[in-house]
Amino acid sequence: MTRVLIVGAGPAGIRAAETLAAAGLRPQIVDEGERAGGQIYRRPPPGFTRPPRSLYGSEATKAVALHRTFDGLVREGRVDHLPRATVFALADGVAHIVQEGTVRRIAYDRLILATGASDRLAPVPGWQAPGVYSLGAMQIALKSQGVALGRRLVLAGSGPLLTLVAHQLIKAGADVAAVLDTAPLAAQAAGGVSMALARPLVTLRGLVLRARLGRHYHPGATLDRIEADAGGPTALRWRDAAGRARVSSCDAVALGWHLRAETHLADLAGARFEWSPIWHQWLPVADAMGRAGNGLYLAGDGLRLLGADGAEIAGRLAAIACLRDMSLAASDPGKDLRRLARMTSFAKGVASAFPWPADMVRNLSGETVLCRCEGVTVADARSALALAGPEANRVKSLARVGMGRCQGRYCQLAGAEIVAGETGRTLCEVGRLRAQPPVRPIPVSAFLQADPDT
Amino acid sequence: MRPAAGRFVRVAETETRARLTLSFDGETVSALEGDTVLTALLTARRSLRKAEFGPERRAGFCLMGACQDCWVWQEDGVRLQACRTPARDGMRLRSGAPEIWPDIGADTGPETTP
Repeated sequence: MTRVLIVGAGPAGIRAAETLAAAGLRPQIVDEGERAGGQIYRRPPPGFTRPPRSLYGSEATKAVALHRTFDGLVREGRVDHLPRATVFALADGVAHIVQEGTVRRIAYDRLILATGASDRLAPVPGWQAPGVYSLGAMQIALKSQGVALGRRLVLAGSGPLLTLVAHQLIKAGADVAAVLDTAPLAAQAAGGVSMALARPLVTLRGLVLRARLGRHYHPGATLDRIEADAGGPTALRWRDAAGRARVSSCDAVALGWHLRAETHLADLAGARFEWSPIWHQWLPVADAMGRAGNGLYLAGDGLRLLGADGAEIAGRLAAIACLRDMSLAASDPGKDLRRLARMTSFAKGVASAFPWPADMVRNLSGETVLCRCEGVTVADARSALALAGPEANRVKSLARVGMGRCQGRYCQLAGAEIVAGETGRTLCEVGRLRAQPPVRPIPVSAFLQADPDT
Repeated sequence: MRPAAGRFVRVAETETRARLTLSFDGETVSALEGDTVLTALLTARRSLRKAEFGPERRAGFCLMGACQDCWVWQEDGVRLQACRTPARDGMRLRSGAPEIWPDIGADTGPETTP
């Protein structure tokens, strides 16, 4: 039987697995999570008691349906699920995986990557302090651990997640001092029109959540610096839309500017990339079904940042493409393709309503830490340009921007922005950091304990 | 503001879970079943360890296994991502790698397997 490997058991991976299983295949699905669901529908550990409605809000029905579908597939032996497993390299039709501290190798004929996304981060002076987190981290902590990441929180950045996480935290009883959105109201209104045209209900729901934040929420904010002492953040200094200096005292800060597609594995699998001016990042190139190469399919936020609903559709489409390429019967994708087009219009509206803070990044002071992993500063990157020239990979080699343990996930875009700003190039010209295996740090012991049979 | 206790605050799921005890740099840390190592440590403490490349301390960042900010070590030398590792009763953890290289069981590796 053809070996199909799916990486990622979020909305896209689960729907892909379901579609392949329905056609009689038995895909393998590798996922870093303890339990399938991905990040947005992440499940708490066994023994936790909050009902789905409290965990997933308006999306509870979808979350439960997805979890049930996957648990059913596993129970009936129709998929082979490898939880707590990380794919760290792909080469010659073999996925290199670390699971429980041991390296395994899995050969595949076709590969569906549903690797999702993480927060798109921009540096704010002081963000290296302990107690500064990504917005996604705040949500994960609340959902899957029942904890707030501090006693008094400031959430800053932009995007739908900013409002959603603030709402969820306040509802759970956390003390949210301020919600600072760097997107000006004018941009939000313009993007909001496309959002409302494509998905009126979802847009309305977002507006209601936003309205409930009331005086906590400040659009058009400029973030100046995170004040911190040895114990962590003490305040965030910012300016409001009218330019007035403000200070919000806090002991934790969450930052995030919408999402960044997780594309390291797509790169290793040979996908071609293009700079996306809409999503303001490099994204893999694929056809409408998600075909990105011979036997390579991409689905979900790792391909296009459409969110969970779009990911479910994209997962089905990638699996249908895979089945068709194997000359197997598959359902007609017409309806899903039309729905995906609507999700895309909505997501483009979101992207323009909550833009990447390019000017803020270009104007960062030299002493600002750019790479959190290794404490590389903006000045370090700027001073490397004379030798490196305006190219991202060379700046990485010389100044180590993107060389640290997160492998550029949280500094690549800001680094490129600084290079572009200094040299007058476009981001597209500055280039994209090439992914390198292992795409996550792997302990040497895992290789020594590798299963000799594989 | 500078509260004395841990960094994280429990706001839900505190009713029904069993208690666990682990140790961190020799100190006893009390936690709840279902906690990650990160939750267990940072509901009791302000940080995990000193940063390797700067003067600040580290307390995790992404909580989804991508940033590698939350590394801690077991006393036997195995490195963990605190955000992805469930806390277990009796775990013995430390804020830095042990000075002696761990016994990684190299004699069971592929090079010496017949």
